[in-house]
Amino acid sequence: MTRESTAAPVVKFVAIGASAGGVEAVGQLLQAMPADSSVAIGMVLHVPPDRPSQLAELFGQRCALLVKEAEDKEMIAPGTVYIAPPNYHLLVEPDGSFSLSVEDAVLYSRPSIDLLFESAAYAFGENLLGIVLTGASSDGAQGLSRVRQHGGQAWVQDPATARARTMPQAAIDLARPQRVLALAQLVSDLKDVMTRIER
Amino acid sequence: MQAHALFDIELKLLLEGVFQQYQHDFRNYSVASMRRRIQHAMERFECETVSQLQSKVLHDPAVFAQMLQFFTVQVSEMFRDPSYFKALRERVIPVLRTYASIKIWVAGCSSGEEVWSLAILLREEGLLERTLIYATDINPVALQLAEGGIYDIERIATFSRNYLAAGGTASLADYYTSSTHDAIFDRSLRQHVVFADHSLATDSVFSEVHLVSCRNVLIYFNRDLQDRATKLFHDALVRKGFLGLGAKESLRFTAMADHFEELVPADKIYQRL
Repeated sequence: MTRESTAAPVVKFVAIGASAGGVEAVGQLLQAMPADSSVAIGMVLHVPPDRPSQLAELFGQRCALLVKEAEDKEMIAPGTVYIAPPNYHLLVEPDGSFSLSVEDAVLYSRPSIDLLFESAAYAFGENLLGIVLTGASSDGAQGLSRVRQHGGQAWVQDPATARARTMPQAAIDLARPQRVLALAQLVSDLKDVMTRIER
Repeated sequence: MQAHALFDIELKLLLEGVFQQYQHDFRNYSVASMRRRIQHAMERFECETVSQLQSKVLHDPAVFAQMLQFFTVQVSEMFRDPSYFKALRERVIPVLRTYASIKIWVAGCSSGEEVWSLAILLREEGLLERTLIYATDINPVALQLAEGGIYDIERIATFSRNYLAAGGTASLADYYTSSTHDAIFDRSLRQHVVFADHSLATDSVFSEVHLVSCRNVLIYFNRDLQDRATKLFHDALVRKGFLGLGAKESLRFTAMADHFEELVPADKIYQRL
């Protein structure tokens, strides 16, 4: 732990993107999180745009960290899991707050994983960890390669263990992530990252 | 110097130059989505760098005029978020009805979908004849479209669905005539609307109003500019006047939070204290 934190830059923000099969995968992931952390998580999960999203409540029941829908101009607080509201893009501003946008869908998606990743890469640079999980589109690949360009870390769920393999495969091909992990291993590694507490 | 850090420096310079040359102030817009729109503009005007784009924009007013489409976001629908219009009908209209004459400000009206929606709602409530709607935007092209009230016929299905969900008492078809490609809205609705150029970033209050509707505009502003805009709304509104924001907008992170109370929290309708 100590050795790794001197070798790799400290992770302050984790950006996660998931699509088809994502509710289940994200559920597993959040269930394993510690009760306190100095790291925040921002998440885009593709869901039908016309239905009111209960994702924050759903995940909140199973996660020790606070889970909430991200609000416009809200400052990102450590130990909090933020979920993009349906039908809005979620972006990170340079001052570490969120912005929402109703600009056109990107790759048929709003919220767009690419836009979250790209803006978070600008804001957090090498202190960002981007994770692409299961999904049936190619959203997230471009964004994850931006994460890499800005010096951040990139992890992708092993397509062989994903409900839908298209999205993780696209991310692997384009972004060449540092780690490609089976879901169980990814959950365990993320738990290690999230266990960092600074006072 | 990393390329992306340089991009942000050039972006700041572009916005400063635009302000000094054209008096349009985008310096306090949210950065993350502005970056993206400027990248689109660079593709459109075939520029390798923001500095090249800056040169074109500052030296050619025609390019600047086209750039307004990139500096701002124009995405709207008639009766977008139908529950908002339903809440206006049920909670705000009964109060507006008690005024002899009613003034409404649609701030950042873009291509006017919401203005026409409000005019229809007011006509159905029998209030349009004694209402004046100020519809303002910084973009002259958008204002022209708003004033025209002509929308692609392919958008009508969505508009009609929204209209009914918003509690419309007739049929949306009663308010427009169709041509092959367009739905042309009833000119008589427009008689009660004043379209005007107004900037939430640089202009001041121009009238006292009973309702301000400003939806999905504030999300493109940073906190400072949100403070400025919501202060304008506060100063324009009569006591107990109403403010309607976009579904995911709120006063919570603005300096005006304590000067309003939530009337319909789910639909982001506030009442001035």
